[in-house]
Amino acid sequence: MGAMFAFAESRGGELRKVAYEAVTAARKAADASGGGEVHALLVGAPGLAGRAGELGRYGADVVIVVEHAALERYSPEVCAATAAGRLRSGGYRAAFFAASAQGRDLAPRAAAKLGTSLASDVTEFEIQGDAVLARHPAYTGKVIVTLRLTGEPALLSLRPGAITAAEQPRTARVERAAPGIDPASERVVVKELSQGSATLLDLGEAPVIVSGGRGLRAAENFKLVEDLAAAIGNAAVGATRAVTDDGWRPPTDQIGQTGRLVSPDLYIAVGISGAIQHLAGMRTAKTIVAINKDKDAPIFKVADYGIVGDLFEVVPRLTQEILKVRRGQ
Amino acid sequence: MKIAVCLKRVPDMELRFSIATDRKSLDQGGLKYEMGDFDGYALEVALQLVEKQGPGEVVVLSLGPDGVQETLRKGLAMGAARAVHLKADQVPFDGMAIAHALAAELKDGGYDLVMFGRMATDTASGTVGPMTAELLDLPCVTAISQLEIAGGRGTARRDLEGAAETVEFTLPAVLTIDEGIARARLASLKGIMAAKKKPLEVKPAQLGEARLTIEAMALPAERTGGRIVGEGADAVPELVRLLRTEAKVL
Repeated sequence: MGAMFAFAESRGGELRKVAYEAVTAARKAADASGGGEVHALLVGAPGLAGRAGELGRYGADVVIVVEHAALERYSPEVCAATAAGRLRSGGYRAAFFAASAQGRDLAPRAAAKLGTSLASDVTEFEIQGDAVLARHPAYTGKVIVTLRLTGEPALLSLRPGAITAAEQPRTARVERAAPGIDPASERVVVKELSQGSATLLDLGEAPVIVSGGRGLRAAENFKLVEDLAAAIGNAAVGATRAVTDDGWRPPTDQIGQTGRLVSPDLYIAVGISGAIQHLAGMRTAKTIVAINKDKDAPIFKVADYGIVGDLFEVVPRLTQEILKVRRGQ
Repeated sequence: MKIAVCLKRVPDMELRFSIATDRKSLDQGGLKYEMGDFDGYALEVALQLVEKQGPGEVVVLSLGPDGVQETLRKGLAMGAARAVHLKADQVPFDGMAIAHALAAELKDGGYDLVMFGRMATDTASGTVGPMTAELLDLPCVTAISQLEIAGGRGTARRDLEGAAETVEFTLPAVLTIDEGIARARLASLKGIMAAKKKPLEVKPAQLGEARLTIEAMALPAERTGGRIVGEGADAVPELVRLLRTEAKVL
């Protein structure tokens, strides 16, 4: 029976959805190996301790809170030193991070400090005796690699959305701790955090993504995609690389091998042919819908449901039908 | 300014992959190799920094079997001054094992910057850069989409999910480069000719112990049950019904 560790990612004093996913994963790992405790680490500016209860809701037994006025924004060296320090002393079997921009920055640093290894961008895992087995889509998602981690603790970063956050409420004990190093010694200083639009759901957090490709023919036609996303309600808008390269959408909207890797519950591909580069970013979505006029488009090979047809007719109709359904509820 | 750029030789991702009989590696038949996309951006950024802020040199490093020399020659043809091949029969999957070998080589190199692509396009892990930085005890900024270097300091932009960070750091530092910052130049004929005469040093890679190994490789399960619901807008009501009652996602 070993304790499990989860890094609870936050931004601007708020927990990120991936924090609940990491805690859920740690809870699952703990329960599968004898029911040990889950310890979540929360690092940020004073006041963040107020969020500890939310982590208890997803199965954390202990929330280690590190608050410091200089930790309002992400402080990579402080976070890495704090996480590594705790992992070194705590007898943890495995540690879970998010494979988010922050987690991908943090987890390898912590692993190197511990001299242990890290499985990145993991979609599934299993504790097996002395080892942890982790599944990771590689080669632009064309090959699924099962990795064996033998270091202790085993570090894993989880693909956002791959583990569904599940409530398993308990009252978490809050344990205060000091930063692993003096925040004033940080050599990598985040001077500014510019938040994107607060009204739009982020691609990594949205349960539904509506994504558009070249088939939309012009930037202004993304209105169709936006309207569909708005009709669904809890949806974000994504795009292919061709579209972001052409400046129809900002580069941060790109889903694919060189953009965001997403696993929403529902992915609606509008006017997207399904190039390898794009499939690499979304093929782990739970349900995929494709709307394309070319019946031979590769996107139909990965889609659960497809409509062959003119998106300029199909998408507005879909928006209408969904609005009808939602109004009827 | 002296910059090291670590390059990985990766298979051409457009090809079809098949799994070898050991179920743990790729069937090598028909594989073609190239420089990782992000590594190419990192090299381009390094070359531009030296061109604009010279004097200096860009050194390219690659770890792996003899085939990586082809990738290094490409780096030299693009404009790097010299190359180091850290020879290993295979490239381990464990980023830590690789970081050990790179840190051992880079430690006393006197580099102002050590640059990597954000991740290798094959293993898609993105761990070697920050791990190498830790082993070298250097500041590290990952997934940079904009970069300015002046007076021994740097400012970088990192794109996050729905936000961006402006990050300041001091040199020497380890940086990993995202897409969008620069397009990798094509090597000129003159560059290709010159590359043949540039120094390429071969050393054994001092790999660390691997604690992350490949247990199995498989092709992703074909998504089954996929179907065309119908043609045109008339198929929409049926699609909505399926999404609500079968997939239960609406």
